[in-house]
Amino acid sequence: MKIADVSIARGGVPVLEGVSFQLDPGRALILRGPNGCGKTTLLRTIAGLQPPIAGSITGVEDDIAYAGHSDGIKLTLSVAENLAFWAEVFGSCDIDRAVEAFDLRALLNRPAGALSAGQKRRLGLARLMVTGRRYWVLDEPTVSLDRASVANFASVVQRHLAEGGAALIATHIDLGLEEETLDLSAYRAKLPDLQDFDEAFL
Amino acid sequence: MSIWKFANPKTFLTTTERLLPAVWALAAVLCVVGLIWGFFFTPDDFRQGASVKIMFVHVPSAFIAINAWFMMLVASLIWVIRRHHVSALAAKAAAPVGVIMTLIALITGALWGHQIWGTWWVWDPRLTSFLVLFLFYLGYVALWAAIEDPDTAADLTSILCLVGSVFAVLSRYAVLFWNQGLHQGASLSLDKEENVADVFSTPLYVCMAGFGCLFLALVLYRTGTEIRARRVRALMLRERMVA
Amino acid sequence: MKALLLRDLKLALRAGGGFGLGLAFFLIVTVLVPFSVGPQSELLSRIAPGVLWLGALLACLLSLDRVLALDWEDGTLDLLATAPLPLEAVVTIKAAAHWLTTAVPLVLVSPVLGLMLNLPAEGFSWLVVSLFLGTPALSVIGTFGAALTVGLKRGGLLLSLLVLPLYVPTLIFGAEVARRGAAGFSVETPLLMLAGISAATIALLPFASAAVLRVNLR
Repeated sequence: MKIADVSIARGGVPVLEGVSFQLDPGRALILRGPNGCGKTTLLRTIAGLQPPIAGSITGVEDDIAYAGHSDGIKLTLSVAENLAFWAEVFGSCDIDRAVEAFDLRALLNRPAGALSAGQKRRLGLARLMVTGRRYWVLDEPTVSLDRASVANFASVVQRHLAEGGAALIATHIDLGLEEETLDLSAYRAKLPDLQDFDEAFL
Repeated sequence: MSIWKFANPKTFLTTTERLLPAVWALAAVLCVVGLIWGFFFTPDDFRQGASVKIMFVHVPSAFIAINAWFMMLVASLIWVIRRHHVSALAAKAAAPVGVIMTLIALITGALWGHQIWGTWWVWDPRLTSFLVLFLFYLGYVALWAAIEDPDTAADLTSILCLVGSVFAVLSRYAVLFWNQGLHQGASLSLDKEENVADVFSTPLYVCMAGFGCLFLALVLYRTGTEIRARRVRALMLRERMVA
Repeated sequence: MKALLLRDLKLALRAGGGFGLGLAFFLIVTVLVPFSVGPQSELLSRIAPGVLWLGALLACLLSLDRVLALDWEDGTLDLLATAPLPLEAVVTIKAAAHWLTTAVPLVLVSPVLGLMLNLPAEGFSWLVVSLFLGTPALSVIGTFGAALTVGLKRGGLLLSLLVLPLYVPTLIFGAEVARRGAAGFSVETPLLMLAGISAATIALLPFASAAVLRVNLR
């Protein structure tokens, strides 16, 4: 995955410009930066949910599994049904590995509405494993996880990297991975020139 | 020199500012001349009497009502294809003018109909089509008003305008079919070509030109306002960035 | 694609899915009509096809804001947009699920309500046929409206305002089929038009809906 000179805007305001990095299989990259610096927007752009203002994102077509702030869990479906649905959408049918990895075996038949916030998060993260995709793009994946689950999650990521996957993670906590970090505050968009009253209005 | 030069907000503003007084003046002159001519210097119709003269308001407003939608369609297409902000804002600016024109056409039509047909409203295909057009206008304006982000609003409303245009044409044919289906066809056609004699047609054309200029002036003026509002929004966002 | 359709059907049938709401609404509207226009059976039988079509249309409208909003709120749409499924397929399936869970029950129950409104005997088959052919268009158009308003907090009213004018041609031809059928006239032309509208909307409108949804997901 190669990000070259990408600029992004949130709500019409440029937040980041000239972001460039490369993420190779087997590596993890942690995005850091203060609240509102554009981490989520950057991740959504990379996931293809919104177009960048400028720059290019290459090498990720149909190879990204994105996990945002919400997990896309249907509360009236059981844990197994939720996972099986995403497995089928992504064209795989094996949910066992994901269930084992995130310790969901005991919860399998419970409706997702009866899960705690941390359990829901685990279910949401387990979805990543059934997608069969190489690049995991994760936005604050450890929110509402307890310490044991965080460690467990870190080991799952580790295994994914060892199998040739890659992960791009925006997080504030230390996952204990041997990862590179990228501080986004270095790419903060400069204020547009006031005289430049043109097409974009900014 | 290409027409896309005016897609730059600054060029658009400076050009229209110079043009606008002339357009306003032309609109005023044409409207006043056309309406006075129409109201006072044409003979009464042998069948309809003086009430026929409401035509000089009714027909031009109906003409503008339809063409305003057409203009919005073209502007929406330009936005979708070339993404010029001025185009999207022009479509936004034209919509309320179109609403008012449709309303004027409907109200004057009702007044006229009350005189001639003895009823405020008949479900004549043409009247019904206008009512449907009015509903489309309302939806379009409401969608612009509901969405906060201007670019999102521009995208969504232009797609609505494209889809709406197809359905508006479809509705027109559906309505024609509907009222000639079970019921007797409309015996009270408003078809200008058949009814209007030459004495009426010249002032009518003047009125239509006047309304056209009025529409142009209103749209240019309102587009300028929208551009400035966009600019203010951009400046306020900028200020928040500094803070 | 099948997985999404099955999931949506399952969700609609489980508690909280709102299944049957449209049906109940259809019933109530139909029952209210005699209260408002009077109990003369000859009048009722004359307006029955139109009333039933309007009732079915409004019942369809009622559940439209759920078509995409629920998946929007819990983030499923974001995830579906990054899944190997094209958004055009997603909106088509959403419309299909809406049609299966809302419109088909309406079509099936319409003859019963026709009985209550003294619908002439010849009218029943054409009423069902016209609803069966017309409601897919209602679902697809409605999904377009739902995609337009999905990002808005209180989009329900706006959704109706946007969708109802788009329903005009379908309603006109659909009700015309039912009316002519009930009166014993030839229904060929409006029936073909109705089928044409349904086919064209199913074929083309998902592209508009997907485009709109993409804008809203940004």
